[in-house]
Amino acid sequence: MEKMLLLGDEAIAQAALDAGLSGVYAYPGTPSTEITEYIQSSPKSRTDNIHCKWSANEKTAMEAALGMSFAGKRALVCMKHVGVNVAADAFMNAAVTGIVGGLVFVAADDPSMHSSQNEQDSRFFGQFALIPILEPSNQQEAYDMVYEGFELSEHCGVPVMLRITTRLAHSRSGVKQRPEMPQNELHFSENPRQFVLLPANARVQYQKLLTAQKDFLKYSEESIFNTYYEGLDKSRGIVASGIAYNYLMENYPEGCPYPVLKIGQYPLPEKLLHKMALECKELVVLEEGYPLIEDALKGVLGIGLKVRGRKDGFLPRAGEFNPDIVGKAFGFEIPENRPVPEVVKMRPPSLCVGCGHRDMYEALNEAVADKADECKVFSDIGCYTLGYLPPFRSIDTCVDMGASITMAKGAADAGLKYPVAVIGDSTFTHSGMTSLLDALNENSPITVIISDNETTGMTGGQDSSGTGKLEAICLGLGVAPEHLHVLVPLKKNHDEMVRIIRQEMDYSGTSVIIPRRECIQTVGKKNRFK
Amino acid sequence: MKTDIIISGVGGQGILSIAAVIGEAAVHQNLYMKQAEVHGMSQRGGDVQSNLRISDKPIFSDLIAKGKANLILSLEPMEALRYLPYLALGGWIVTNSTPLINMTDYPDAEALQKALNDLPNIVVFDVDKIAKEVGSTRVSNMVMLGAATPFLGIDYEEIESGIKRIFERKGPDIIALNLKALAAGKKIADASIHI
Repeated sequence: MEKMLLLGDEAIAQAALDAGLSGVYAYPGTPSTEITEYIQSSPKSRTDNIHCKWSANEKTAMEAALGMSFAGKRALVCMKHVGVNVAADAFMNAAVTGIVGGLVFVAADDPSMHSSQNEQDSRFFGQFALIPILEPSNQQEAYDMVYEGFELSEHCGVPVMLRITTRLAHSRSGVKQRPEMPQNELHFSENPRQFVLLPANARVQYQKLLTAQKDFLKYSEESIFNTYYEGLDKSRGIVASGIAYNYLMENYPEGCPYPVLKIGQYPLPEKLLHKMALECKELVVLEEGYPLIEDALKGVLGIGLKVRGRKDGFLPRAGEFNPDIVGKAFGFEIPENRPVPEVVKMRPPSLCVGCGHRDMYEALNEAVADKADECKVFSDIGCYTLGYLPPFRSIDTCVDMGASITMAKGAADAGLKYPVAVIGDSTFTHSGMTSLLDALNENSPITVIISDNETTGMTGGQDSSGTGKLEAICLGLGVAPEHLHVLVPLKKNHDEMVRIIRQEMDYSGTSVIIPRRECIQTVGKKNRFK
Repeated sequence: MKTDIIISGVGGQGILSIAAVIGEAAVHQNLYMKQAEVHGMSQRGGDVQSNLRISDKPIFSDLIAKGKANLILSLEPMEALRYLPYLALGGWIVTNSTPLINMTDYPDAEALQKALNDLPNIVVFDVDKIAKEVGSTRVSNMVMLGAATPFLGIDYEEIESGIKRIFERKGPDIIALNLKALAAGKKIADASIHI
């Protein structure tokens, strides 16, 4: 069979489809978005009735996936690393309930923060939940790990985490498919206590999870994804996980002279690590993200065998690797043929020409121009975060999904006179509704701008779960009808927008302004398909 | 064979469609291929690149190391220069000459021209102009790809059949237009190489 040319994300999706998937649950987030999009565009999702609609946020996604697993079917749940924080409550407890149908949880990390607020390492969450973690080094492994991951999940009785990073998610390569499996039949746990985490049951379930740890370790030690490659030069042993392995091998095209332990499955394979520690004079750890393996090997005391990695300066502490960073650490000379000429300037991302967020920020800037430090603008996660950059320089914060409204409220509580929140429609329904409820319950003097482009823009225009419902949601939460305004952010409405923003800033209670105009990217896409 | 290519441009210019044709041709020839793309925030008008690697041996890294790229293919002249540290000695640059100015401190035309002229192996041409002559600016990226064909390490005929496969459903007229664009681009590059 000819190989399929797939992004890492697409390989994950294809593997899930081939492994008898019944539903994918996700909220868009770079670099995980393309997994769900691939399933949505696959004919099989329609013919085989595979669930693939977007969830409102990562927590609802995780819970729905667990529900599907409860009913005996195989479920995939996908999110970016910071989404794991949102899903954490459900995720941690799903490890305690365990599963019925196989559940693969994909966490897509973004080291170097190409499109994120931090570079947290999801392996810690997998370890925290005490479940097996798989970490592919290439697209074929991503496929194989998901295909086998469902099996592993059902065999272990817990969700299995697949941890990937941006480069793998968004790099394309040839992938060989495996035979298609049928979906599971609807069936339930024989243990009526399994999913009822009352303390008495939870203690039993937790003990089961603890007892299973030795099995998870055994599977890791026997896993084909953990491989020991012998090497003649034992002055060093190298432990390389995920795609970090590739950067090592790129520097040794004729083969690495040192023994290499390639890690693709956790818990860490203790026997293989012992073998390397006994054979080699020092260990070098190559891992994308935080120094998880390095810490595990080094411990707090740092006595015994020397362990090198991100913490002793052998490699940089932050950021993703590349062949040059790894090559330099191993003493290779990196060619400096030509520098970047001075004429080359930075080209930061910017709001599209014609975007409604632009009109919103122009109006907001004018409305707050005379307020100086009495006004702060709390923003959120989405395209409109680009309002931080010139020419707008409109916003003072961007922290996490939904934080705009609640931080504005907190600042109001502290005495700030004119707190303004700017949040997008999709972010509002993801995590802003409860924030608004908090503000309304105290009638906090904040002005909330829900900049509604009727899509999830930054990730490429996915459906937004609040489209057509925002006014009803706001009114239902308790916004006074006279302090809820819907505007069309266009040049011709500029003066009216400025006037209404000013008017609501002067109101000493919670108000909501919704500038609404469809994202010009999604409009363009629709026109192209016409 | 082994060819490392950096395709560069500005988010929204559609560099991925070029990579898709090369990738299709490479996989069809049973070559190994890896192609790293940029998705997410930078796609909003920021600088974007794709690392495309083709080889008859397995490829490890998704990213190209410094000084190893055989070709920089750029849809925008300033963006062609951003990746110079990655170009191998003797490597080629094929770039569009039309700037995309969505920033306040874009270099002046003369300074940019000088920086481009300083490079020994470079093909600079107005892609849209050639595409218009061929029939439509919609095939600009195929003109660009055509200009890259002498440096790919893949036979021209393989690229042609890649285009035929990708546009199969769009009908013979669209295929013919894209092939014409490809040929026009190749002609430009051939002329530059022989100078």
